[in-house]
Amino acid sequence: MEAAGRVSDVLLEMRSITKEFPGVRALKDVSFSVRPGEIHALVGENGAGKSTLMKVVSGVYPHGTYEGQFFYKGEECRFAGVRESERKGIVIIHQELALIPHLSITENIFLANEQTTRGVINWGLSHSKAKALLDKVGLDETPDTKISRLGVGKQQLVEIAKALSKNVELLILDEPTSSLNENDSQKLLQLLREFRAQGIACVLISHKLKEVESVADTITILRDGAVIESLDAQSEHVTEDRIIRGMVGRDMTHRFPPREAKIGDIAFEVRNWKVAHPVYEDRMVINDVSLNVRKGEVVGIAGLMGAGRTEFAMSVFGRSWGRFVGGQVLKDGVEVDVSTIPRAVAHGIAYATEDRKTYGLVLMSDVKTNITLANLGGVSHSGVLVGPKEIRVANEFRDALAIKTPSVKQAAMNLSGGNQQKVVLAKWLFADPDVLILDEPTRGIDVGAKYEIYTIINRLAAEGKAVIIISSELPEVLGVSDRIYVMAAGRIAAEMSAAEASQEAIMKAIMRLARAGAEEVVL
Amino acid sequence: MSVPVEATPIPTVAPEEPAVARGIVKTLRSGVGQGGMLLALLLGVLFFQITTGGIMLRSLNVTNVFLQNGYILVMALGMLLIIVIGHIDLSVGSVAGFLGAVVAVLIVGVDVPGLGHIQTDPILAVLITLIAGGLIGGFQGWWVAYLRVPSFIVTLAGMLLFRGATLFMLGGQPVGPFPESFRAISAGFIPEAIGSIPDPFGPKDIVLANLTNLPVFGDLKLVLPLGGDSLQLTTLVLGALLCAFIVFLGWRSRREQVKYGFRVPSVRQFWIRNALVILGIMFIAYRLAGYKGLPIVALVAFLLIGLYMFVTMRTVIGRRIYAVGGNSKAAMLSGVNSKLMVFLSFVNMGVLAALGGIIIAARLNSATPKAGYGFELSVIAATFVGGASAYGGVGTVAGTVIGALFFGLLNIGMGIMSIQIDYQFMVQALVLLVAVYFDVRGKSRDA
Repeated sequence: MEAAGRVSDVLLEMRSITKEFPGVRALKDVSFSVRPGEIHALVGENGAGKSTLMKVVSGVYPHGTYEGQFFYKGEECRFAGVRESERKGIVIIHQELALIPHLSITENIFLANEQTTRGVINWGLSHSKAKALLDKVGLDETPDTKISRLGVGKQQLVEIAKALSKNVELLILDEPTSSLNENDSQKLLQLLREFRAQGIACVLISHKLKEVESVADTITILRDGAVIESLDAQSEHVTEDRIIRGMVGRDMTHRFPPREAKIGDIAFEVRNWKVAHPVYEDRMVINDVSLNVRKGEVVGIAGLMGAGRTEFAMSVFGRSWGRFVGGQVLKDGVEVDVSTIPRAVAHGIAYATEDRKTYGLVLMSDVKTNITLANLGGVSHSGVLVGPKEIRVANEFRDALAIKTPSVKQAAMNLSGGNQQKVVLAKWLFADPDVLILDEPTRGIDVGAKYEIYTIINRLAAEGKAVIIISSELPEVLGVSDRIYVMAAGRIAAEMSAAEASQEAIMKAIMRLARAGAEEVVL
Repeated sequence: MSVPVEATPIPTVAPEEPAVARGIVKTLRSGVGQGGMLLALLLGVLFFQITTGGIMLRSLNVTNVFLQNGYILVMALGMLLIIVIGHIDLSVGSVAGFLGAVVAVLIVGVDVPGLGHIQTDPILAVLITLIAGGLIGGFQGWWVAYLRVPSFIVTLAGMLLFRGATLFMLGGQPVGPFPESFRAISAGFIPEAIGSIPDPFGPKDIVLANLTNLPVFGDLKLVLPLGGDSLQLTTLVLGALLCAFIVFLGWRSRREQVKYGFRVPSVRQFWIRNALVILGIMFIAYRLAGYKGLPIVALVAFLLIGLYMFVTMRTVIGRRIYAVGGNSKAAMLSGVNSKLMVFLSFVNMGVLAALGGIIIAARLNSATPKAGYGFELSVIAATFVGGASAYGGVGTVAGTVIGALFFGLLNIGMGIMSIQIDYQFMVQALVLLVAVYFDVRGKSRDA
């Protein structure tokens, strides 16, 4: 790295930033710099401190709540809030988009920055400015379109247009592609390259190392709140494995635990499952899906975002999504009634959600309360909770799944993502289901915790449970499954054994179906 | 520390053993987990004790806190569950007023053409009214839970609906009076089973502190009033039994916690805490015993408090209500029937509103068209001051009781001080705001 301090070739320079939260030191003496007009990737496991560092830069954590100092264009910054950093041209786009669904594109772009003439909103000016910004980001929508009518990819572009409206010079993107499909992701990355040509610097936080590898000029790796190294991606060849080594501090040759499958009879079967959209009833979201899982088998459901996998799983689990049209669910060859969630649970079916914070956990409640929630009958006697039993159960699961928490009385919100995911798993394991549907069980958790989750999944299968895994990460589906169904546009596009499956085969199956039923694909 | 103090002699209590003092401070600070509301309650007692010249803690006034606020305590327990599950009930005042009218009409009787004057036995009338309360709660809960109309709207409509229904029921006239047996609910005391003895302290006030030349108030005294005519022994015995029970439960739970390796307060801490609780309970029992004993309405309230503590902390249904309030989607996807829980919370509220209405009618010895007006505000305020969260999922019975007692104390205390009703409202408003502000601040610091 070059010597710090020369103003001309450093846009942002952070020196010895330390940030502490009660009980945790999130950043330890971090120094970090961004040159004008570069794409600087910031990578690291969850909890490594990437988002925290960027929240310091953007004033989300105001001056005085951290130690150390940082300079922007050679000037020391002491931001009291986000507005001050934005005035300087530093704009952060958070992982969870901050758009208001019921307002139009224009209203969102100029929120808190309304284009007014003598205090009254000038709609003509607003719309024409918005249109110009939309052209810049390549979004072909009229500016008065409501945000709720746009897909996630387009919403992301609106966020960027909003950033541009603030004359951004340093754009910070926190996991911008985590919820985008391949096509939209590529478009977004191309846009970043164009910005680079215009001299806008960009800090990209991403878990998708392939993207990082393809787009970044510099890659900084954080681990446990400290900078491990900065790699110059232009001069040397940086591979994905090289980055992972830096992130986890060791070679991840075995990203998946070895698996010896003992597969039995068909335990769970869904036949001709059809579900319509909850609002647009003529839109068939799940169209004639049939699949089965055997005892001791791990079945993966691969597919792109919007393929209908979560919708399928939730509709099977007590019709908790959409409008049921038709289909049968069979357990051990006998048709069962799963029309409500309590009934599905009673038949030994469990669904662990992809969105643990919204659908999985009662965050303000403690770990033990969350673990027993799906099976309160197991820790009570004629409707009265048996305290000691509940604590014993929770402690058992804490030990079995290695949930890192000082005590089972800790509130779930204080746990890290990986440990929260384990609590969701523990909840369903305590309900002792025969069929376990895991929806994106490793989303947003770090490499080490992923490995532990995979080990748990193997153990469950070894106990003879039927496991269905929904995942958008193809290597994960390939790594853990015995058999794979590929879903696209609400249908099963292909079924393949682990031996014949590959990333290429799965993508081909998706594309084939997309081509065949192009008109039916609705987003 | 360095705040300039008035140059008046404030004799303090003799210095205690420091460890014990620290233990007491710690206990008060934790406020039994109620965000310091207990401390605020005690400070409030101290304040009124001083400003009323020692009248506040006289037997009669302690008794009155329960007699005059029993209905708020009872209805706040129902409101707690509603707020914990993430809803609100604005209609409790009107519903209580309406059901008070129902019980009044049933007891006093109506002229039915052809059948003559039909009266109902008070016990049967009370039962019918409680069931009617459950039905009204179920009606509102059905709109909220199954038809998904926001509870704010449903109960706002309910407020108007039952206000109208009360006027209809009473024909604009008060209905009463009631037989003695019915009035006993609000005005009666438990029968004395053991007997009474003269107060061993005799009628005397102990002056703990002399405060002179204070701004606004002038000269004041901090008085610990003791004595009365005679003590009702049953009430004292019941108080002692309650203390023993609380210590027993606490000790059992502590032993359990130790067994599972949780951090627990030290044994000394445990006994200091319990000593304070015993002191508090026995003082109240002593004061009640010095008047006419335990009021029946207080007995009803205490039994309900125990029941609801048990339901919220120890039962599956209580656990589910908190889960739905904390995250209804997660609860639903865990197999909890969220809608049923919301529905049942409203049914429960309806039954307790009925009980509240009965207590009010019995207290006033008539059902009036205006009974219950504005009571929903006191009930909701007591629940929030007691630490329940407006976002759902958080709130305790103990906190709610403290909140309700706090408002009761304010009413009685300001009443004794002859503060006009207009000022009383304004003081209550500020208390609500400030209390919830401290609660919110305390919670954000924890997070």
